[in-house]
Amino acid sequence: MKRLAADSKKCSGCGACELACSKALFKVEDREKSAIRITARDEGGFDIAVCDQCGDCVWMCSAIALSIAPNGVVRLNRKACVGCLICIGECMRNYIFYNDEFQTPLKCSACGMCVKSCPTGALKIKE
Amino acid sequence: MPKNVEKVENDYRHHIAGRDELMAMKAKHRVLATYSFEPSIIERGYNSRSLYISVGGEYDISNQDELTSSVNGESGIVIGEKAVTEFMKEKFTGGKGFDLYHLWKSVREDTSWNAPVNNIVISPGPLAGITQYPGAGKSLVCSISPLTGLPFDSNVGGFFGPFLKFSGFDILELQGKAEEDLIIFIDGNSRTVSVETAPDEAVDSHILCEQLTEMYAENDDDRMCISVVSSGRAAEHSYIGCLNFSFFDKRRNCVRIKQAGRGGIGAVFRNKKIKAVVIRYRGVHGDSNNPVKKGLINAAGVRLHKEMAHLDTKQNNMRKIGTANIIEVMDRYDLLPTHNFQFGSHPETPKISSKVYIEKYVTQNVPDGCWYGCSMSCAKAADNFELRTGAYKGSKVCVDGPEYENAGGLGSNVGCFDPHWILEANFYCDTYGVDTISHGTMTAFAQECYQRGLYNLDDSEGLDMRWGNGYALNELMHQMTQGKGFGVIVGKGVRQMKRIFAERFGKVAPEFEHMLGSRTWQSIDEPFTDKPIPTAHFNKHLADCKFLKESGYDDEKVLGEIKGTILENAGANNDSAFIANPKRWEKIDGIPTISRDEIADYPVGKPYYSDDPICPYANGRPWVKMTPGQIAEMEEFGMENKGLEYSEYLMKESLAQQGGYALCNKGPQHDEAWLIFMDMVNNQIPTFEDKAEALHYFPMFRTWFGLLGLCKLPWNDVTPVNNKHEKEPAKFPEHVQNYFDIYEGVMGFRHNEASMIRQSERVYTFQRIFILRMGSGRREHDMPPIRSLGPITVDEYLSRKERYDKQLVELLGIDPSGMSVEDKIEKIMEYRKDQFRQLVDAVYKRRGWTPNGIPKLEKLIDIEMDLPELIRVIRPHLKEEGYWPMGTEFEKYEGM
Repeated sequence: MKRLAADSKKCSGCGACELACSKALFKVEDREKSAIRITARDEGGFDIAVCDQCGDCVWMCSAIALSIAPNGVVRLNRKACVGCLICIGECMRNYIFYNDEFQTPLKCSACGMCVKSCPTGALKIKE
Repeated sequence: MPKNVEKVENDYRHHIAGRDELMAMKAKHRVLATYSFEPSIIERGYNSRSLYISVGGEYDISNQDELTSSVNGESGIVIGEKAVTEFMKEKFTGGKGFDLYHLWKSVREDTSWNAPVNNIVISPGPLAGITQYPGAGKSLVCSISPLTGLPFDSNVGGFFGPFLKFSGFDILELQGKAEEDLIIFIDGNSRTVSVETAPDEAVDSHILCEQLTEMYAENDDDRMCISVVSSGRAAEHSYIGCLNFSFFDKRRNCVRIKQAGRGGIGAVFRNKKIKAVVIRYRGVHGDSNNPVKKGLINAAGVRLHKEMAHLDTKQNNMRKIGTANIIEVMDRYDLLPTHNFQFGSHPETPKISSKVYIEKYVTQNVPDGCWYGCSMSCAKAADNFELRTGAYKGSKVCVDGPEYENAGGLGSNVGCFDPHWILEANFYCDTYGVDTISHGTMTAFAQECYQRGLYNLDDSEGLDMRWGNGYALNELMHQMTQGKGFGVIVGKGVRQMKRIFAERFGKVAPEFEHMLGSRTWQSIDEPFTDKPIPTAHFNKHLADCKFLKESGYDDEKVLGEIKGTILENAGANNDSAFIANPKRWEKIDGIPTISRDEIADYPVGKPYYSDDPICPYANGRPWVKMTPGQIAEMEEFGMENKGLEYSEYLMKESLAQQGGYALCNKGPQHDEAWLIFMDMVNNQIPTFEDKAEALHYFPMFRTWFGLLGLCKLPWNDVTPVNNKHEKEPAKFPEHVQNYFDIYEGVMGFRHNEASMIRQSERVYTFQRIFILRMGSGRREHDMPPIRSLGPITVDEYLSRKERYDKQLVELLGIDPSGMSVEDKIEKIMEYRKDQFRQLVDAVYKRRGWTPNGIPKLEKLIDIEMDLPELIRVIRPHLKEEGYWPMGTEFEKYEGM
């Protein structure tokens, strides 16, 4: 299964991945438009929230805009998506995001653009 | 496959013809009128225009709003538009409010349900169509009801309402009466409306909706863009017709239907000879409703989606089994209506519990929302369900169920504890176009009459109307589709049944027996076939749940007795093995034929012939009037009010719910108030004032859903974690705030509780005055059958003896020891009737009505509904009752 693997111990919190993601998705550098989110922990260090392609959201999509590709990635078909945001509610780890500017959720497709931007090697594409 | 999705292979397309044949069917349509409309932009929830269609016929439209544009087609068809004005938005908000506004403008005081001028108005409401918040796809439907003769509102899911709105209309008005079966097609993308003849399509919904979805979808993917409004063949011969609103369920790969069930609007639809309204709209997205502040909607939606995902499995299990989750809960709390609302539980309820449905019937374990974005997903279905009886015997179908009301109405209330029969009846109710709730309650009434000996097998034409006969439950409907048999009488509803039974089903008095000639009156114990029909155990203990087992009753045994008799294959075909009376009655010379006007003064017990325009079907036997005592007996347990059958909760132990039902504008339906737990279980509303406050707030709050196009279930069928710490937990304040958020998100205005209630009060009070205008709506019309107030039979008393004896001691200060059960019933019912009277007084006062139930002028001024049309209706009543106010500030209302 192809997915983005995150090692939060290595994360420096620089946010380069967020900007790379939003740029890949929307050609802007804005973490609020990114499908990966870095947050600082109170006790120090960082959390990396990004879809792990578990597929738990797929079953609740009545528009069938979410599906599991042969490589294991949970894909969002934006044309079919009606913007109900149920998938966000369904994600127990809160790994899917939304932005009021857009009609559809922000979800990692394991494209790997953030991996290239990460200076510490905290992110990897795993097959 | 993620989670527990269980893929069920099905192909319901085999029910209908192939694509080529469907296209040939479509080619037979004759287009009678077409209309093109301009695009529209939704602003603050409104398109500000409505679509008007008259399907033909002549009637007075002088009081109606003018058409802003229109075309006239063949056969008297008119298609046009009307404006939705700022006045309408301010006073009526939308949804049910808009529907009632147009209905008021269309009908007169004496308009009957089947007059061409009676219209069916469908409106989705300003919030309907948002995809982010659960339960935001409702359509509200209003018409003059055949059951009540009054303005009636019913709400329904499915995709039609949102599609109508996104196509450019806030309201669809259907008026007139066609000469031949028609369909109306609205294409929201090409912006055209057409009215076409449809000679070859089916009438029954499960076939018709599949046919039209395939016919009007441009390809397989486009099927999700089609929604159909339809009814069924039983709606043509009954008063309980429902409307089905379809949507294409992509996961199940089939068309699903949701019902505007109550009030008989499907009968109005078929009376107009409308076969279906089809809408197509492609392009739903998260902004389709063009909200003002989308962020508020998104945030509220995600909050509730999270609650559903985290809490539902621990709370109500709506996503797994829908409303059927409460079958066993209601049984446990003595609230599951059993044997025509006599009892609240039954030893055999485990046979129809939600667990049974989950294990044996409900399929796929997929989200079953009836509009996008519903994470509550309660619209469950049973795939590949094989039918045992009727027109589609042997066919494998998708049943839209189970639901709680169906299990109550088609199960416990008719004594049927077989989940298959309940689902079969559920399916046939839907596809034949009848209301499951009314069907259950009216069958239960007919069963109790039969078992009390008020009519016999001759009257029912061989239909065995004992508790638990699943064949009979379904056969009644099969007969309704044919317009013949006892089912046609039952299908007119409890109110008409009481009248019909009273006119026809009396016993011939000895002094008139000679008039029958060689025929003898069929007695209950006299089978009229060569194979004996089992003699019913007509003793009244049969009905007592607690003593059922002891008295030797069990469903299996009764059904076993049917084996080998004519009843075994009952309902196996549409000619019905039930209608097997070989000795059909021929006309007997010497028995007089009298007009309807003469029936009132005709002697009781003397045979006669007459006619009945409401129910022309008769089995040929002469009619005999019942005694006044028999008529009074039926009044006690005929569970209707205002002509509508009660829905399926046992109300008799909750005074607040007795009022919740009887004081409901349209008739006894729990969508206005469901106060049983607050009242009975949690004791949160102990005084009359508390109950009256609840019977003001909740009906108004729930009316609000109907104005906006929202479903009530996501409001309180999942409980926020902190709800128990709220000051008023019964109101689910956190969720109410969500509704204020989504209202502000769409409309740009922030409500508070007072402004929200005010918005509802305007429409609620308008509806009450509308009912008054149509000749009802006074205190006498709010009086319920006394079974709804407490125990009226010995069995009912004994089933809760401990509770009632305790109440005699604690509430009345009476020592029950040594009293007969009959005496105890008399005492406790006297007390309860008085309690109900006091409740009505308190509720009317809280609602701003007079003791006779008339809204006061001061109330109309207060809620800014002092409109001349309304003043004219209430003025004579207020003057008669002495409530017309004095003072110069009221003078202007004298001349209105």
